[in-house]
Amino acid sequence: MRSKSPAERCRSWQLFIAAALTVALAAASGCAPAPDASAEPAAPTWPRPAPRSGYAFQQADTQALQDDPFANPGLLWVDQGAALWADATQGPSCASCHRATDPVRHPLADAAHRYPRFDAQRQRLINLEQQINRCRVDRQGRPAYAWESPPLLALTTYLAHQARGSEVTLAITPETAPFLALGRQYYYERRGQMNLACHHCHERSVGAMLRGDRLSQGLGNGYPTYRLQWQTIGSLQRRLRFCNAGVRAEPFAFGAAEYVNLELYLKWRAQGLTIETPAVRR
Amino acid sequence: MAASAFGRVRLAVPNPVAAGQVVTIRTLIAHPMESGFRRDAKGQRLPRNIIERFECRLDDALVFRAELQPGIAANPFIEFRLRATRSGTLHFRWQDQHGNHHEAQRALEVTG
Repeated sequence: MRSKSPAERCRSWQLFIAAALTVALAAASGCAPAPDASAEPAAPTWPRPAPRSGYAFQQADTQALQDDPFANPGLLWVDQGAALWADATQGPSCASCHRATDPVRHPLADAAHRYPRFDAQRQRLINLEQQINRCRVDRQGRPAYAWESPPLLALTTYLAHQARGSEVTLAITPETAPFLALGRQYYYERRGQMNLACHHCHERSVGAMLRGDRLSQGLGNGYPTYRLQWQTIGSLQRRLRFCNAGVRAEPFAFGAAEYVNLELYLKWRAQGLTIETPAVRR
Repeated sequence: MAASAFGRVRLAVPNPVAAGQVVTIRTLIAHPMESGFRRDAKGQRLPRNIIERFECRLDDALVFRAELQPGIAANPFIEFRLRATRSGTLHFRWQDQHGNHHEAQRALEVTG
C-alpha cells in the first residue's frame, strides 16, 4: 500500500485538529452556564463550496427527461405514493391523520425539509423512510415496509415531491447538532480498499470523469432519484451504499446511523439548492 | 413482484381536439423489462420478463401497434401521433410475455 504523501498527511492532521477542536468546543460548551433553551444554536460555519445540483452534471437528454412533467419515470412512483397515501383498505390511511388543512400537524410539503430529524422517543436521528415506517407500525398497526420496497419508495417519493421546487432548508437544533457533526466527520473519513473519503470525489474532484460519469457534488436534493443505471427509482441510502461499494468498503445496512447522519450533513451542504424529487440521473 | 409492478400507467391524451388535427398520445407504464441477459449478485441469470406487445384502438379500429424487444429500457415510454377524425374511446393494451395484460381507456373528443 502506498504511504501518504506529505500533503495528505498534513491534511489528515488538519482534519484531526479540526475534529479535536470541535470536541473541545463541545466539551467547553457543556461546562458553560445552562444555555437558554429557546435560543437557536449557532449555525455551523464550516466552509462549503457553493452548491451545484447533480442536474448540472447530466447530459441534456437526461435533464430533459427530468423536466418532462409527463415522461419523467419517477412520476410513476409519485402516482403510486398518492394512491398509498389515501389507501384505507387495511386500517386508517395516512391521509386520515395528515389532513391537508390540519393546523396541528406539519404541512406535507414540509416533510422533505424536516427530515432527518431528532426522534425524542428513540433518542436518535431518523430519516423520512424511518418516519413512514414508524407511522405504519405505531399509528396504523401495519407491518413496516422493507427498505427499498416499492411502496416505501413510492411514499417517500410522493412526500418529497410535495416540496419540489422549494429551497433546501435545514434548521439545526441542539438535538441535531451532534449528528450533523458526526455526518461531517464521516464525510472526511477515508474508507474502503481505495482509501477514499466522500470529499476526495465530491469536493476535490468535482467535474472530473469517473469512468463514464461526471463527478458531481454528491448532494441529495433530487432523492429519491430515478437512475438510468438502476432502471428504477432508489433512495439516498441506496446511493450511499453504492458509493461505499464503489470505493470497495463494506456498505452499512440500510438505515444505519452513519448514513442518516450523512444524509443530514449532505442536506447542510445542499442548502440553497431546490428540491428536484423525482430527479433523473445517469 | 413483477405482477404488482405491471399496471401503473400514465397517459396523456389531449382533449378536446379539432377535427383533422394531428394529436400526440403519450404513454408510460411501470415494468422492469428484464432482458434475460443480466445476472444477480449471486451470478444467477435473471429470467426474461418483458412487455411484448402494445396496442391502441379507437373503439374497434387498431390505430397503433408496437412490438417490444429485450433491448428496451424499463418503464417503457411510447409516444405516437394520430390524425383526429372522429370522437371515440381510445383503448390501450400492454401485454407481457406471460400473457398478463393491462388495459386503460381515455375518451377522445373531436370537435368541429
